[in-house]
Amino acid sequence: MRNEFAEAARHEVANSQLRANIRNATHTIRAKREEAVAEVPDWEQLREAGRRIKERTMRNLDRHLEQLERSVTAAGGVVHWATEAADANRIVGDLIVGAGAREAVKVKSLATDEIGLNRALAARGIEARETDLAELIVQLGEDRPSHILVPAIHRNRGEIRELFRRTLPGNEQLTDDPAELAEAARRFLREKFLSAKVGVSGANFAVAETGTICILESEGNGRMCTTLPEVLITVMGIEKVLPRFADLEVMLQLLPRSSTAERMNPYTSLWTGVTPEDGPREFHLVLLDGGRTKVLGDADGRAALHCIRCSACLNVCPVYERTGGHAYESTYPGPIGAILTPQLTGFTQGNSLPWASSLCGACYEVCPVKIDIPSILIHLRSRINREVDGYGGGGERLAMGLLARAFARPGRYERAQRFGRWLSRPLTREGWISRRLPGALGRWTDVRDLPAPSAETFREWWAQRR
Amino acid sequence: MRIALFTTCVADTLFPGAGIATVELLERLGHQVSFPRAQTCCGQMHLNSGYEAHALNIARSFVEVFDDAEIDAVVAPSGSCVAMVRDQYPGLVARAGDLRLQAAVARLVPRTFELSEFLVNELGIVDVGAYYPHRVTYHPTCHSLRLLRVGDAPLRLLRAVRALTLIALDDAQGCCGFGGTFAVKNADVSTAMLADKMRAIQATGAEVCTAVDSSCLMHIGGGLRRERAGVRVVHLAEILASTEAA
Amino acid sequence: MSSRELILGRVRAALADVADDEPASWIYDRDADEHSRYARAGSRDPEALAALFADRCGEYRATVTRAERAGLGPAIAAACARHGASSLVVPTDLPEAWRAPGVEWREDHPSLDVHALSGFDGALTGCAVAIALTGTIVLDAGEAQGRRALTLLPDLHICVIGEEQIVEGVPEAFERLAPAARSGRPLTFISGPSATSDIELKRVEGVHGPRRLEIVIAG
Repeated sequence: MRNEFAEAARHEVANSQLRANIRNATHTIRAKREEAVAEVPDWEQLREAGRRIKERTMRNLDRHLEQLERSVTAAGGVVHWATEAADANRIVGDLIVGAGAREAVKVKSLATDEIGLNRALAARGIEARETDLAELIVQLGEDRPSHILVPAIHRNRGEIRELFRRTLPGNEQLTDDPAELAEAARRFLREKFLSAKVGVSGANFAVAETGTICILESEGNGRMCTTLPEVLITVMGIEKVLPRFADLEVMLQLLPRSSTAERMNPYTSLWTGVTPEDGPREFHLVLLDGGRTKVLGDADGRAALHCIRCSACLNVCPVYERTGGHAYESTYPGPIGAILTPQLTGFTQGNSLPWASSLCGACYEVCPVKIDIPSILIHLRSRINREVDGYGGGGERLAMGLLARAFARPGRYERAQRFGRWLSRPLTREGWISRRLPGALGRWTDVRDLPAPSAETFREWWAQRR
Repeated sequence: MRIALFTTCVADTLFPGAGIATVELLERLGHQVSFPRAQTCCGQMHLNSGYEAHALNIARSFVEVFDDAEIDAVVAPSGSCVAMVRDQYPGLVARAGDLRLQAAVARLVPRTFELSEFLVNELGIVDVGAYYPHRVTYHPTCHSLRLLRVGDAPLRLLRAVRALTLIALDDAQGCCGFGGTFAVKNADVSTAMLADKMRAIQATGAEVCTAVDSSCLMHIGGGLRRERAGVRVVHLAEILASTEAA
Repeated sequence: MSSRELILGRVRAALADVADDEPASWIYDRDADEHSRYARAGSRDPEALAALFADRCGEYRATVTRAERAGLGPAIAAACARHGASSLVVPTDLPEAWRAPGVEWREDHPSLDVHALSGFDGALTGCAVAIALTGTIVLDAGEAQGRRALTLLPDLHICVIGEEQIVEGVPEAFERLAPAARSGRPLTFISGPSATSDIELKRVEGVHGPRRLEIVIAG
């Protein structure tokens, strides 16, 4: 199997401007997150509560989905079920056409990015207009998102100014002041909001008990999209359901501080079906499987579905810091993407991602719902080796097998130590090997010296001494 | 105390000094140290590389060697290998469904310690009577920091060493980029991480970089040697074992 | 088989390891275990709560003032003056005492269209509850709040908060909001003016929602 991540990362790591941008951004937000979390005395209890809520929910997901459907329907909404991306795209497209519209305003949603909704709608002649500033930047630039919270984190202000000058009419005199750039986006989108017939959103949470959908945002574009159009369509992964309204009091304490490092994000909207004289006249909820039930089927990998998409794990990850998001080639980059992407796709994509980690554990430490990402990475490495292919090729499998045999018997192990010493002796100077070695070891010795087996092992010293 | 040393395969084969120093230090503190000769490896490399079945076999041997009522504690000069036993063994053997093995692991987990946490938390010692007249910077290794939560135990030990000048490392908690086979499978990313770590170490002006894991020191030390940086890597145990007489 | 049946069937098959009688949600035994027993109520007195709330809102660059209930009219007039606002749109059930002289008032009845709403200098409402620790006001479409579009389209939002509406933390707010949620009313949590950090993570206040937020605490 190819190591796609390493190949893509080689290119990204070499881009020193990109590395500097991402390093600055992630280090800034890391420090802010730490401050925001430090002022919450019961943070660890909240994390544990969040973990338990999610775990309990997943273990009874069918019941909660049925209850959510009943609640939404009772509140005047319509629930649709989509097994795969294509189903969801078709349902959304039919609803937009049915409303007599050729365009829709969209609030940032990872689920719709995952299923490629915009492309699918474009193929039917429907324009889906992204309204989140960063998503707009990505859409206008025909670019790809590189971060789940700040999709344009890889773009600096100068690049954004050039993009807006080129693509937004009437902005030829624009400067690179972020406030002015945001103002340009406001002017451009205002009329679209006021005239939009259909809004499309994702969901951060959906409460089974009440049928309430919840989205968190900062700019007000979410409020616009979910309030002003006549028809609102929400696409959500089935794992976003929460059993009870009170579960939100935990999540709304965990998510903003972990995500944007704020005590609370500027706007959180909750709506339940349709409300007479207030907001959309029609509400549709599309429940998407899209591989989630495959993740659910692995008891040791299931917790990947607990993710509330805060992006704290991306911001602390030393690998993400050096590569940025594009190298992951998925809607979900970073540590969470490394455990989610291969599972969601049934191991047809992203199989090199579980190895894209030094297992440093920083992701687990900051995860607001305590997903043990390193343990799941380790689990998936074994699963992929066992079920998909001998990753690393026959050479690695052979070496690991031989080492395992040596470690199983002290006699064999000691013979292996002596053999290694004999083999490396001609190359060894002062206990180290400085020359470049062939094969996989070469990727070590290209930039580092390699320690040689010691002239006297510990156990030889011990035997001499007694 | 009757202490069984788990020297780890890396220290045994590549850096015996860390194991020897651990023995000398614990004996100097008045403890009885044994070295069960049948020990080999904890199986971490196999598990972390995706060879769970091999790892289970190695773990089985490890448990057989160290699950001994005559031993009060198992001590290793490695955060990573101890984290393998304490963090990963319970899940590994539970998945295998071997109840006898699970019971043995349950006995072993609370008695297995990394050296610095053992000294500070179990023995209650901070000043081990060491003397080390050098400028030293300390790199907190990921597994000792985040899995074992040794906290500032290594720093407290270092501060009590006579004649040692301790210099703080910038962005200390950042991973050095080792990660076992990660260093070769994702060599470009690993190299970028190592470069940042080496830059921070060189900025301290220290002569010595220390840590509680031989494997991370092998990575950092290999990079520093290649750059002829003039900074040596020395395992914490070797610093703590040094005395004025020696 | 319908997509619904297919998905529910897949979920059940995936959960073969889970016993059928396992409790479905966690919140029922929320307080049973110290590891997850988060704080559900604060201990500050009303005066301290109001001070904390004002402080936290201030950090979001909302303007916070305090007024006696009898003096709300002038306080609201002063808020309008600060932003040069001369026309306000209001919900039909706005208390008479809030209607300051010298401002043009327009009730949202019958419901104004979005372009008309956009044309006002500001909107004036009350709120359902306010959270001190996070500097958040919550609207639940209840008394003196009107519909959601009202506080979204004009560029200035003036919100009057009764001191007794301020709670310390998020869980207390959820307790108060539960009846509104159960009856299907929409909720909007507002913490400062609209903002973005999408360009180089530099915070810019005011994107699509109101760019200015004035909060008047009535005590």
